[in-house]
Amino acid sequence: MVPDTNSKPRLAPGCRLGENNQQRVLLMPERALRLLGPSLEIIERCDGQHTIQQIIADLQKIYSKAEPQKVEQDILGYLALLQKERALDFEP
Amino acid sequence: MPSTLTNPLALIAELTHRCPLHCVYCSNPLELQSRAEELSTETWSRVFQEASEVGVLQADFTGGEPLARTDILDLVRAARSAGLYVNLITSGLPLDEPKLAALVEAGLDHFQLSFQGAREEIANEISGTRSHEQKLRVLQWLRQHRVAVTLNFVIHRRNIDQLEEMLAIAESSCATRVEFANVQYYGWAFANREHLLPTREQLDQSLALITHEQKRLEGKIRVEYVVPDYYAKYPKPCMGGWARKLMLITPSGEALPCHAAKVIPGLVFENVKDRSVRQIWEHSVAFEKFRGEDWMQEPCKTCDRREQDFGGCRCQALLLTGDAAATDPVCSLAPQRPKVDAILAGINAAPPAQLFVQPPWLYRPNPT
Ligand SMILES: C[S@@+](CC[C@H](N)C(=O)[O-])C[C@H]1O[C@@H](n2cnc3c(N)ncnc32)[C@H](O)[C@@H]1O
Ligand code: SF4
Ligand code: SF4
Repeated sequence: MVPDTNSKPRLAPGCRLGENNQQRVLLMPERALRLLGPSLEIIERCDGQHTIQQIIADLQKIYSKAEPQKVEQDILGYLALLQKERALDFEP
Repeated sequence: MPSTLTNPLALIAELTHRCPLHCVYCSNPLELQSRAEELSTETWSRVFQEASEVGVLQADFTGGEPLARTDILDLVRAARSAGLYVNLITSGLPLDEPKLAALVEAGLDHFQLSFQGAREEIANEISGTRSHEQKLRVLQWLRQHRVAVTLNFVIHRRNIDQLEEMLAIAESSCATRVEFANVQYYGWAFANREHLLPTREQLDQSLALITHEQKRLEGKIRVEYVVPDYYAKYPKPCMGGWARKLMLITPSGEALPCHAAKVIPGLVFENVKDRSVRQIWEHSVAFEKFRGEDWMQEPCKTCDRREQDFGGCRCQALLLTGDAAATDPVCSLAPQRPKVDAILAGINAAPPAQLFVQPPWLYRPNPT
């Protein structure tokens, strides 16, 4: 299932940012993911306000040294992983 | 903290042993603690704070029935303000709609509702109460709230053929996760084992069904299946390894490395009333006892899988072999595996007609 890039991802109920040993983590039912650099930048934008396209554009700016195509692929891959975990809802 | 020691990730808070249900597979110990022995709100609040300071991310509120605590809202608030992710594991009784709203308002992150079956008749038989309808009501109420919902079904011989119906309940609800957990055999489950173990044929059918359904529901509902380890080739990494990831606190404040640890003779447990979570995690003799690998016997001692399953479950080793340091006898490499095979042979030889007769269950009582 590939989400529409015009949709706005939002953390699902019961999924939120937390902190542990000075590190940001994504807390989910029975799971926690450590967030580093780009993954944190992505999650912070999963607020139901940014479309996937906007998130991609933002990160391409932040990581302007990286290949834009690669940044886009990484983001879509990461969102797909979070969707499989049921950590995201996609708002139209 | 010595560098080889990892910090605990979850605190399992058994808030009370009181419970309006009487499940025949209840994992609680046979010796249940009374209300008079229970920790105060203040002590629990301190424990949440201390747990967070040693690196714990999540508090699992369980029991008995955690909702039987009249201070449950204060406890949710305390755990949440200590920075923990708060998970409520509940039968859904006693609960009404305003109380649910208040729990979410207090900061509850995850609501795990356990079912005793897909149908009223079997659910009520297993729980020894009329409880099924209430759970369906709770599922309706949950739609109105922003909280993660997991449905937990404990699976055994008398309901393993109803997995599709259970999934239908999940699909018509707002749950994003379903846990099908085959009964683990300790506590009351061990006493009722003969009537709970599924047959090999039932298990194979259920595995095929789950694999198919996991694919179908991908991205909608996360379906997890815990297989019965008596049928497995290798044991499960019980609790993620003894004293590696989890600490359990009993209603009266004893700190245990797992639910059933009290069955192991000779272990002395510290109490959070006398010691901090950090002191216990780092120094409790009971936690040290099976931490790491020094305690292992052959074949575990030299086995390649010892970092994966840590030799299995210590309590199961004790219950089935009499020696808590033995290789978990469900392991196909264990010298005592024939004991488990003999139990399975007995189950699989039973005529299927037995499934339609209600067994002489031993019900879990409700302590005062
Ligand atoms: C002991 S209960 C306590 C919380 C609450 N009374 C309830 O039943 O949800 C904790 C969880 O363990 C599950 N459970 C109980 N006995 C079990 C067993 N022998 N094997 C596997 N899971 C079990 C329950 O379904 C529940 O999800
Ligand atoms: S009797 Fe049932 S509802 Fe009560 S604590 Fe045990 S598993 Fe939970
Ligand atoms: S021998 Fe021990 S370590 Fe090896 S698979 Fe069996 S239980 Fe695990």
